[in-house]
Amino acid sequence: MSTITCKNLVKRYDDGFPAINDVSLDIADGEFVILVGPSGCGKSTLLRMIVGLEDITSGDLLINDKRVNEVAPRDRNLSMVFQNYALYPHLTVYENIAFPLRLNKNKGSKEDLDTRVRRAADMLDLNEHLDRKPGNLSGGQRQRVAMGRAIVRDADAFLFDEPLSNLDAKLRGQMRTQIAQLQRTLGTTSVYVTHDQTEAMTLGDEVAVLKRGVLQQVASPRELYEQPVNLFVAGFIGSPEMNFLPATMRDGKLSTPLGDLTVPDAHMQAAEGRDIVLLGVRPEHFEDAKLVDDAIRDRGTVFTADVSHTDWLGSEQFGYIRYESDHAVKDKLDELARDLDGDEFTPQVVVALDSTSRIRGGTKAELWMDTRKLHVFDPETGDNLTRDAEAGAKLTKEAAEERAAEIQRAKAAAAGH
Amino acid sequence: MKKKSNSTLMWVVIAIVVLIYALGPVASILANSFKPASEFAGGGGTFLPKSPTWENYGSIFVGDAQSLFLPALRNSLGITLIATAIAVVLATFCAYAIARLDFPGKRLILTAALAVSIFPVISIVTPLFNLWRQIGLYDTWLGLIIPYLSLTVPISIYTLTAFFQQIPWDLERAAQVDGATNWQAFIKVIVPLALPGVFTTAIIAFFIAWNDFVYGISLTSTSAARPVPAALAFFTGASQFEEPAGAISAAAIVVTIPVIIIVLLFQRQIVSGLTQGAVKG
Repeated sequence: MSTITCKNLVKRYDDGFPAINDVSLDIADGEFVILVGPSGCGKSTLLRMIVGLEDITSGDLLINDKRVNEVAPRDRNLSMVFQNYALYPHLTVYENIAFPLRLNKNKGSKEDLDTRVRRAADMLDLNEHLDRKPGNLSGGQRQRVAMGRAIVRDADAFLFDEPLSNLDAKLRGQMRTQIAQLQRTLGTTSVYVTHDQTEAMTLGDEVAVLKRGVLQQVASPRELYEQPVNLFVAGFIGSPEMNFLPATMRDGKLSTPLGDLTVPDAHMQAAEGRDIVLLGVRPEHFEDAKLVDDAIRDRGTVFTADVSHTDWLGSEQFGYIRYESDHAVKDKLDELARDLDGDEFTPQVVVALDSTSRIRGGTKAELWMDTRKLHVFDPETGDNLTRDAEAGAKLTKEAAEERAAEIQRAKAAAAGH
Repeated sequence: MKKKSNSTLMWVVIAIVVLIYALGPVASILANSFKPASEFAGGGGTFLPKSPTWENYGSIFVGDAQSLFLPALRNSLGITLIATAIAVVLATFCAYAIARLDFPGKRLILTAALAVSIFPVISIVTPLFNLWRQIGLYDTWLGLIIPYLSLTVPISIYTLTAFFQQIPWDLERAAQVDGATNWQAFIKVIVPLALPGVFTTAIIAFFIAWNDFVYGISLTSTSAARPVPAALAFFTGASQFEEPAGAISAAAIVVTIPVIIIVLLFQRQIVSGLTQGAVKG
């Protein structure tokens, strides 16, 4: 039972570079929080500050409401899974898992230690490997040993530093599920660092998005996806990325490179008084106009565009539309692309089409856009002008409730066995 | 295919040349150690002894040279083992600090270590000789152990630092998160992993001290502390016209044996890639 609270945490290196800048974060008991962001955003640094491997320049770190800034890692009672696993190569799997228990000053009996190690090994299917050395294990097995070492003692929280990034895609999926289930059964507060947004979206109760050491938004995955606070979060969460289109007001319509769009009043009001705004549209909010259900056709607007090529992936299909970039927003979009790990912004709209759509590359196609789901961003500050904070909070609250119910079910199921 | 066999052949040839170069003298000394004194006199000597004999070995262990050789052997073993042990322990701590901690003067220590290890020994022998006589270290074990440390510690620091730097730092961090103190992390995780490096360093240090001649002959005067390489110079033949080549060869072979034993013992420990499996990649 434990909470972790970060209050205005700052990490400044000797050269003055702030790796973490004024980050405040509340992690509730039993919560699974993901720290996500592109490489170099400081997410691993923040994790290492929590576990005590990095000094805190200023701010307070509280575990269970006790300030632990100067407490040594060994006294924080946290356990961590390292990106490279950091297994002790000279010890067997059994001894690797038993290592934290053997160090414990008030250690229990030998039998107690054995029971705990075997229980952890059981949970992670490591029973048949207990006598082997880490060097002889596969990547997935090593990863599980690292997990075993973390869960074997009653740590206040689990910290994961990109634990799956060294596994191949298939194994990563399996381990992701295993971690989620494990966390649910144990109900231990967890902080998980990743740059993979699939992991962030699937594992997290709450996801904290970081950019260059600054916390952008902390919310449930659904709120991040549907109500992002700014351009960065909107661009980072979602794959393929959200499309950003420069738009100007003209005759009660928004004029974009895709044509003049009729948008709901709320969006018009948000764009009011600005020379130019950025429209954010997710790929799935487009559709082949021919295939749009009549019931929802009125909720959007139809336009024609030159589709340069399409990718058919079986279950879905993506179309690509190139357009002329607007100079007024080019710098902002280039900066955004750099922040998101890309090099330069490509003036291209990605649209997700039904896989049965007959739209092919090189043709003029009639497309439909769901304008209710549009977001309008200020190109200067990057702020989301159409964000509905209330709706967002509701999404996060729902997620918390669903989560609580899910844990109850998992515990009941475990007890039932 | 042809290219591959060509390069294999080339390596075989190189290996043979190197082996002959390195082992030729040893083989020659081995052969000499079995020759009676008569075979060294005059010309017409052969590589292999014409009438092999154990008399040279007899002379150094139970014969005339016994009083010279046996104490020297004891001195050499004692002094060298003590110097090696101290050097390795000191260098382990020092190298760990250099590899792990960030402190001012870190580079200076490494540079100084390198500079000291290439410093010509002969240039400090005379001052050391005078100093040792004044403070009573002349012709004692300690009087040799201290200069041997000056030879072995810098090179040990240098080698061990390289070994420590190869150990993933995350292992130590993991140990700390798991509840280990710095000392526990060092003893339980870092030292076991650095063992191959420690053994390698120990062997290098042992060789350096074992093979030293300059200090050995300059800072000793009696069998109280004189090591084998120095003692060999005091061997005398049956008459002043007879060279003690046979006895010297026998003694040289005998002093090579501990070195071979140590390498054989430790080579099992020098398993490369012990850290394999610690981290991915």
